[in-house]
Amino acid sequence: MNISRRHLLVLLPAAAVAWKFVHAGTPEDSPNYQMSEHWWGMLIDIPKCIGCGNCVRACQTENDVPDGFFRTWVERYNVSDENMTTPTVISPDGGKEGFPIATEDGEKYFFVPKMCNHCADSPCTQVCPVGATFISPDGVVLIDQKYCLGCAYCVQACPYGCRYIHPEKKVADKCTLCYHRITKGLTTACCEACPTGARQLADLKNPKDPIHNFLKTHAVQVLKPQMATGAKAFYNGLDGSVR
Amino acid sequence: MKDAVHLFRFAGLFVIAFIVFLVVRGYVVPKSFGEYGHYRAAAIGEIAALPVKFAGHDACESCHTDIADTKLKGKHAHVNCEACHGALAVHAIDPTALTPTKPDTAVLCIRCHTATAAKPKDFPQVDPADHSGGAPCQTCHNPHSPAFDQGPAAAPAAGGAK
Repeated sequence: MNISRRHLLVLLPAAAVAWKFVHAGTPEDSPNYQMSEHWWGMLIDIPKCIGCGNCVRACQTENDVPDGFFRTWVERYNVSDENMTTPTVISPDGGKEGFPIATEDGEKYFFVPKMCNHCADSPCTQVCPVGATFISPDGVVLIDQKYCLGCAYCVQACPYGCRYIHPEKKVADKCTLCYHRITKGLTTACCEACPTGARQLADLKNPKDPIHNFLKTHAVQVLKPQMATGAKAFYNGLDGSVR
Repeated sequence: MKDAVHLFRFAGLFVIAFIVFLVVRGYVVPKSFGEYGHYRAAAIGEIAALPVKFAGHDACESCHTDIADTKLKGKHAHVNCEACHGALAVHAIDPTALTPTKPDTAVLCIRCHTATAAKPKDFPQVDPADHSGGAPCQTCHNPHSPAFDQGPAAAPAAGGAK
């Protein structure tokens, strides 16, 4: 094979980049990741969500989530002027294949993507009798599936309904904030697949993360703030009717 | 005083039971348990070691520079490659291992762009049947840069395109 100097110079950087991704396999290979330097959360920008279901499908692909179970899902709210406190909420198959067409123009509609809030004071980790679920030093609520008994206390304790018992493994399962991706410098599968930027991974300990500016300049809310869970899924434009 | 031997036997029993407890505990409790808190610290590494399925747009763009350039100039600049093409880490690691199939625009485009009252009003949306009369989207639009001036064939707008 003949490679001219010109071609070699073109190929070398591409090969170097490719090699970097090949070797981003295990944590040992990403030695630059320090848990103490990160505090992870998520920004969900409701006015940008179009309800396409890309995030739900991406999550199921990335994390082998069984059919009928969801680590993230999308709800469609329809709120009437007369009764703000009882909205009509639908989420057909978690919004995985989108939503039925809404024709009644003029009504109040919006989509709410839901997922684990990776609470700093999470009720789910507090009830585990064996120490199988925990908040990692970088702020991600994880499950040690080798240690979990499947008692489902945590499933009951989560105020956001983000946990389920895996039908085959018979242990608790939930969103890991794509821990296997974020520790390698990638974003989560749902953020990668979101076409509108309605979901953005946020590192609260990174001063360069645009989340800081966003939180300063927007009216941001978390779900069920009255429960004092320290939720780190920040919702922009969250309507008062969302439960 | 000779009755005290009963007490020593009893104390000895306690000491043996305590040693047995410590030995059993040493075997049963995982090595990394308690390193960061009341859990097995090794579990963090195990979760972090799971395989990645979405390569991430940086990996795609390091080879497909021409498409990345086209996309960057168009309306889909912020739509990542795998949002439409699906998870392709296998392809990113070894391009010969998997040849991605071209997404069907009839399914792909309408997923986002079908008009419904529930979507944000400023998001471009159309009634697919009315908009193209059944013609596939890529007849007029280049999916990587969907505005007309950059499409494969300049065509007049039909239906309710915003």
